[in-house]
Amino acid sequence: MDLPVEPEPDNAGGGMKAYEKVILQRDGFFLLQDEVILMKRYGIYFFILAISLTALIGCSRGCKPEDTTIVNVMTHDSFSISEGVIAEFEKKNNVNIRFIKSGDAGAALNQAILSKENPLADIFYGVDNTFMSRALKAGIFETYDSPMLNSVDDRFKLDPEHRLLPVDYSDICLNYDKAWFRDKGIKPPENLEDLIKPEYKGLSVVENPATSSPGLGFLLATIGHFGSEHYLDYWKKLKNNDVLVTDGWEDAYWGQFSAASKGIRPIVVSYASSPPAEVHFSQKPLDEAPTAAVTGPGTSFRQIEFAGILKGCENPEIARNLMDFMLDKTFQEDIPLQMFVFPVNRQAQLPAVFSKHAKLADQPVKVSPEDIAKNREKWIEAWTINVLR
Amino acid sequence: MKTIKNRYTIIIAGVPLTFLALFYFYPLIKIFTLSLIPDHALDLREFGKLISTPYYIRTLWFTTWQAAVSTVLTLIIALPGAYIFARYRFPGKNILQSFTAIPFVLPSVVVAAAFHALLGPRGILNTWLMNDFAFAAPPIQLDHTIWFILMAHVFYNYTVVLRIVGSAWSRLQPGLTEAAHMLGASPWKAFWKITFPLLFPSISAASLLVFIFCFSSFGVILILGGPRYATIEVEIYRQAVHIFNLPMAAALSLIQIFFTFAFMWVYTTLQRKTSVALYPESRRATQKTPVRLRERIIVWGNVLVMVLMLGGPLASLVIQSFRAPDGFSLVFYRAIFENRAQSIFYIPPVEAIAYSVGFALAALVMSLIIGGCAATFIVRGGKRITSLFDPIFMLPLATSAVTLGFGYIIALDRPPLNLRTSIILIPLAHTLVAYPFVVRSILPALRSIPENLRESAAMLGASSLQVWMKVVMPIVRRSMIVGAVFAFTVSIGEFGATVFVARPQTPTMPLAIYRFLGQPGVMNYGQAMAMSTLLMLVTAVGFLFLEKIRITSEGEF
Repeated sequence: MDLPVEPEPDNAGGGMKAYEKVILQRDGFFLLQDEVILMKRYGIYFFILAISLTALIGCSRGCKPEDTTIVNVMTHDSFSISEGVIAEFEKKNNVNIRFIKSGDAGAALNQAILSKENPLADIFYGVDNTFMSRALKAGIFETYDSPMLNSVDDRFKLDPEHRLLPVDYSDICLNYDKAWFRDKGIKPPENLEDLIKPEYKGLSVVENPATSSPGLGFLLATIGHFGSEHYLDYWKKLKNNDVLVTDGWEDAYWGQFSAASKGIRPIVVSYASSPPAEVHFSQKPLDEAPTAAVTGPGTSFRQIEFAGILKGCENPEIARNLMDFMLDKTFQEDIPLQMFVFPVNRQAQLPAVFSKHAKLADQPVKVSPEDIAKNREKWIEAWTINVLR
Repeated sequence: MKTIKNRYTIIIAGVPLTFLALFYFYPLIKIFTLSLIPDHALDLREFGKLISTPYYIRTLWFTTWQAAVSTVLTLIIALPGAYIFARYRFPGKNILQSFTAIPFVLPSVVVAAAFHALLGPRGILNTWLMNDFAFAAPPIQLDHTIWFILMAHVFYNYTVVLRIVGSAWSRLQPGLTEAAHMLGASPWKAFWKITFPLLFPSISAASLLVFIFCFSSFGVILILGGPRYATIEVEIYRQAVHIFNLPMAAALSLIQIFFTFAFMWVYTTLQRKTSVALYPESRRATQKTPVRLRERIIVWGNVLVMVLMLGGPLASLVIQSFRAPDGFSLVFYRAIFENRAQSIFYIPPVEAIAYSVGFALAALVMSLIIGGCAATFIVRGGKRITSLFDPIFMLPLATSAVTLGFGYIIALDRPPLNLRTSIILIPLAHTLVAYPFVVRSILPALRSIPENLRESAAMLGASSLQVWMKVVMPIVRRSMIVGAVFAFTVSIGEFGATVFVARPQTPTMPLAIYRFLGQPGVMNYGQAMAMSTLLMLVTAVGFLFLEKIRITSEGEF
């Protein structure tokens, strides 16, 4: 009640209306006097309204298509590429590329499948070999036998009809904290069997294959290595050896892994290219990665990522150009430092931090996409029952 | 006096119902149709599987009980806080109040990091206990336990109870309890017989929000609870995204919606019976400075609880954003301002703040309009309208984000509603989750307005617009601001709905945090912490601004 309220009798018919006076007298406090105060009070709401409208108009302007064609690329949240590389393609073809991120790899693919009658984009980037069959079965991709495929090894070409073209790959494997093993004087793990030894009790953290793609990759590595009859025995032993399961890579790496967090577990399921990422994203230049990847024979699963042109897209012509461009040297050489995966183009040069600190898996475990498609649900279900419940 | 002015009712009911029809029911019905009636024949096999599998029954049971326990715990811890906020004036009150809502905006990965830094096996508390009390192993082991989930739920929801109950409590005339004291009632009896029944509408409103929030909990369960715990929401995500079993996801979503509706229905029935109209009291008359020792202990004791429980984890985040491997440093803050990787997805902090705040303001305005209309409609309508529409208005808060996101993909794909990749869809989706908070915040206040206050105004010649502006508005304004704060918070934290909405480059702050946490390396972690700190700062400034509106306005209730 900071405003002085002085109801004068002769003012009753002017500034104040009768009912206001009644309320005022009854409770003895001030309500509203006149429209000026009304504006003063609610002005702030109009102000907020005005600002947000301006903001909305502003951004819808900013995102408004210009005269050039827009090529849409649908992808998952982890996708990244250099500005310069995209600008090069945009300039040469006089187009604008717009990236549409649609959640994690699974969510993005499902959205592409759901929108197949009326595709959201021209190209989809980021179907891996574990999701490949789902994508092909849904029939959302168009065949494109890109001339650039000549520079790609046949082992990456899992779709003989070239609906899905390989773009990058990486190995899902164990990573360990070098300092931890040095300090404790324990030998770092070399293979999957090491993890079930008594001296490794309580040291490892893995991801849930039902919710995480490195988790699924690691499960597939164990299935490929031990066979589909025996992998569960391995997991039971692993469970008895106090393995920790998290739902996602973020929690495993940033929450539990001793080299990257306040966690206490020195072994984590990650990628063979995680150690170079540790070097690249270190605060001070490092000569040696603080972590190492276990890449011996039969220890890792190779994840190959594919891209494809969506059936019924708006700009198939430019989409094919863009597909070629994605397989070409410029784009391929940009991949490692943006996404920390390896390029499939054999002419692409690896950056120094990769050639120095990254290892490729020696004889990764093989599980065919057909097998994965057929058994995926069954394997995950069996794993869940045996390891989690 | 029951003269329903049809024109107004149509507008007031039309706004929220149109919004819900377009952006909630239409996409949802589309995705359910696609999932459950694939070839023009209803396929209910998944429902059968659902009912006959013990796992799903257990999941439903777990979802319900953890939400109930979380709600009770939050009430126990937050009600004393609401009391001191309602009844006392003390230095730093406004800052403290805005700070209690900060947890709400933090992504659950970041909250997990904060708790780990504080209570993890190598966290501050365990290290101290191990060093000073010679424990051989870390004595506090919370990771992947139910305690961690409950703690995080209290951490997130404290502010909901504090604000909604606090604002109602401050409208309550202290004279009522004083009279009871005078007539010989003990303070405890006065609370149970007078204060509690009068506060019940707002306590139940806050409990309902907390309950629904925990019932559909996703990130907290997934990250803090680990894979052994699953709520229905988590199971829907697994089914829809990883197994791509849409019929099962749809069946689970329907179960989730059904249960929310049932809880809501029970709640509204209760609510109708307990609501009491009272002349609201001005804040000036209800608050005092703590003088006596006992009062001081109560006030400062509660402040201490808030600072420790909410401030501890938040402070540990801030500390981590400044702590480089070789000591205190601003290196992470400098790094977020430069695009070292030359990535096209680099998010400049200023732009991230602009987008986040822009979306939040848009969502705030839309939520106030839609929530305000919805609440007015509920209050004005008869019993039948209330018991049907009140639950319906709450449904979006408890609907699986992934289901709705998939629904948008197939429903909003043609003009005039070709919004699938439009930037407008983001504040719309935020509004859908935010406006129920507005409804719940202002409903108790609206209901508490005695009918004769309006009637006398109308009798003395005020038009219904004037009644609204000059009688209703001043009384509910504080509750509206509470609702506005929630709407702002829900949007700036990208809580829920938008995670599964396909979107072009709309660099908000939470997205920037997720981007950093996607790759290994010290710099990524540090930048995520720096960005989180920035998010907290922007949120706090936003709150202070919203609170400011309230302090400068006079004659407030």
